[in-house]
Amino acid sequence: MQVWHFTEMPYPHLPPLDTLSTMRVTLPSKHYDPKIGADLYNRYLDEYIIADELGFNHMLNEHHQTATCIDVAAPLSAAILARQTRNGRICILGNPVANRGDPLRIAEEMAMIDCICRGRLDVGFVRGVPYEVFAANTNPTQTVERLWEGIDLAVKAWTTHEPFNFEGRFTRRRLVNLWPRPYQLPHPPVWITGSSDFDSIRKAAARGYVFATFLQPYEKVRELFDAYRSAYLDQGLPGGGGTAFMPLVYTGESEEDAEAGARELVWYMTAKTEPQFRNPPGYVPVELNVKALQGKFSGRTDAMRTQGLEFQREQGVVMYGTPDQVAQQVRRFYDRVGGFDHLLVMQQAGFLDHARTVRSMTRFAKDVLPQIKDLARTRPNNAKGAAE
Amino acid sequence: MSAGRPAAPFAVLVLRMNALTSGVGQPRPMRAANRIAPESKAGRLRAGGVELEVERRGQGRPLLILYGEDALELEAPVLAELAKEHELIIPSPPGFGASARPDWIESPDDVSYVYLDLLASLGLGPVPAIGFSLGGWIALEMASKDDRCFSKLVLVDPYGVKIGGPTDRDIEDVWTIHPAKAATLKWFDPEKGKRDFAAMSEDALIVIARNSESFARLCWDPCLHNPKLKHRLRRVRVPTLFVWGQNDGIVTPDYGRAFCAMVPGAEFAVVGSAGHYPHLEQPAAFLALARKFLA
Repeated sequence: MQVWHFTEMPYPHLPPLDTLSTMRVTLPSKHYDPKIGADLYNRYLDEYIIADELGFNHMLNEHHQTATCIDVAAPLSAAILARQTRNGRICILGNPVANRGDPLRIAEEMAMIDCICRGRLDVGFVRGVPYEVFAANTNPTQTVERLWEGIDLAVKAWTTHEPFNFEGRFTRRRLVNLWPRPYQLPHPPVWITGSSDFDSIRKAAARGYVFATFLQPYEKVRELFDAYRSAYLDQGLPGGGGTAFMPLVYTGESEEDAEAGARELVWYMTAKTEPQFRNPPGYVPVELNVKALQGKFSGRTDAMRTQGLEFQREQGVVMYGTPDQVAQQVRRFYDRVGGFDHLLVMQQAGFLDHARTVRSMTRFAKDVLPQIKDLARTRPNNAKGAAE
Repeated sequence: MSAGRPAAPFAVLVLRMNALTSGVGQPRPMRAANRIAPESKAGRLRAGGVELEVERRGQGRPLLILYGEDALELEAPVLAELAKEHELIIPSPPGFGASARPDWIESPDDVSYVYLDLLASLGLGPVPAIGFSLGGWIALEMASKDDRCFSKLVLVDPYGVKIGGPTDRDIEDVWTIHPAKAATLKWFDPEKGKRDFAAMSEDALIVIARNSESFARLCWDPCLHNPKLKHRLRRVRVPTLFVWGQNDGIVTPDYGRAFCAMVPGAEFAVVGSAGHYPHLEQPAAFLALARKFLA
């Protein structure tokens, strides 16, 4: 089991939430104070450096036009960690290639970071959550096609060492010729995320990419991981790959301390967004939008948001307790989903301050990690090429 | 294009639509009775490389109906009235109703080529047309390429052109407005816009969901306009009437007047106490204008 520290780098210092209609897309930037932002960026990066010393790997992501995440360029934060950490792997999960719309620039940046950190980079690609199409102005009906054309082009650029042309549906380039090439041969491990798109899960398995899912109840995770594993077998074991899950995690010194910490973390789950941003047309298939019209579907994560902490712990979405309790919850989740390879621990969210975040991380590293690190991997950790 | 009208433009006229395979851009099988008026005939026709659903309703001089993105016209009294005087020919654009939507269809400009082929294959000759909202925009995309297919055009609160500069909001962005506010912009009386989705059949909801998705596919970016169109409108020499809801908050009457001025000789009429759908909120006033112009 590999464990990865994660914070979305939130900016929680907002006016009272009941005075705001949304924390995403249209929350005016007048509510952002650059001096507070400067402190937050440096604090969150400090926590990654502490995580590195504690034995964690690192996961980074990006979002746009939102107070829930001020890491707007994961390649920038990854580049900082490439220089300032020494041990852990660095996973961008991920590059929003559908929304950014420049797969070759992403491929170049990843190659450069991989060289700076001497091959510690894992490269994730994401379709992006629904809100992101507004900031990027991506057609919400084409994000899946854009995602896969972008991934395939980035990988082709990493692995083709002579100039080639590419005239695709969304990207057209003459004389693609990547300088630099990535440090890892033939390329860094690739990850993708998903929450219900089985076609993408099959594509990920066939290519030997790691499949990751976030904050989903264990029954759903089992369904997704089973689909991944069976596709992986159907494709004749392409090599590489694996499965990853992200819960919110707080490791307390006592049960009371743990519950208090968890209550601060779930700030993330209560982030408000106006309804038109939650499900733009075409982002989910027609079948799901029929359910939305019938009032049976209100966005992928809405159901989990409205439930209490106890329920979220039972489902595995929030793991909290004393170190032994957290270890027990990880192992129970592992058993319930048929095993998995990467635990992405969101150990900071909302107002959880630096001192408490570091204490929770330290307890996890010292007393939880030894209890879970030997959980068997269900797939080799590295992509086929990285293992060679 | 032949001026005469062949006896049987459809190879097959059927009440029950053919089942299509499920998948991206493909409609699922559905019962025609759920959305087609009982006196109408729904057929399938391949035009411009796309499998289209085309409904025919009523009797009389042919009148092409290019419905809007919400397809609210189909069940409304306004079409029932027009069907007393005309044979209405009502195609569903790619991705709407039960029409297929191949990947290459990405804009009203793409739809216009398919529809020009459709009109040619129907052999109607110059035909009068009414285009509602997105349907009006598609009509102008068609006419800017070949205006000989139309005898007259009635355009009801269409989108399609940008009038102002980069930071002017000429067309309200319907996708970023809170649904409650959008209703007040679209309707003079927002109560009229309320729909009881829970009471609708699954087949009807599939059509609504497909229409909503396809509207975004066609019009998301550039938002509700084609930057080329205003430079092509000088080619439209068909007698044209723009009808506008006085209280349309999505595209205002001022936008409508500026749009109208781009089409040579086009006339402009306003319907009071009406938003983006004057033909639904004030059907009598709308029908009086349309009948007079089409006479």
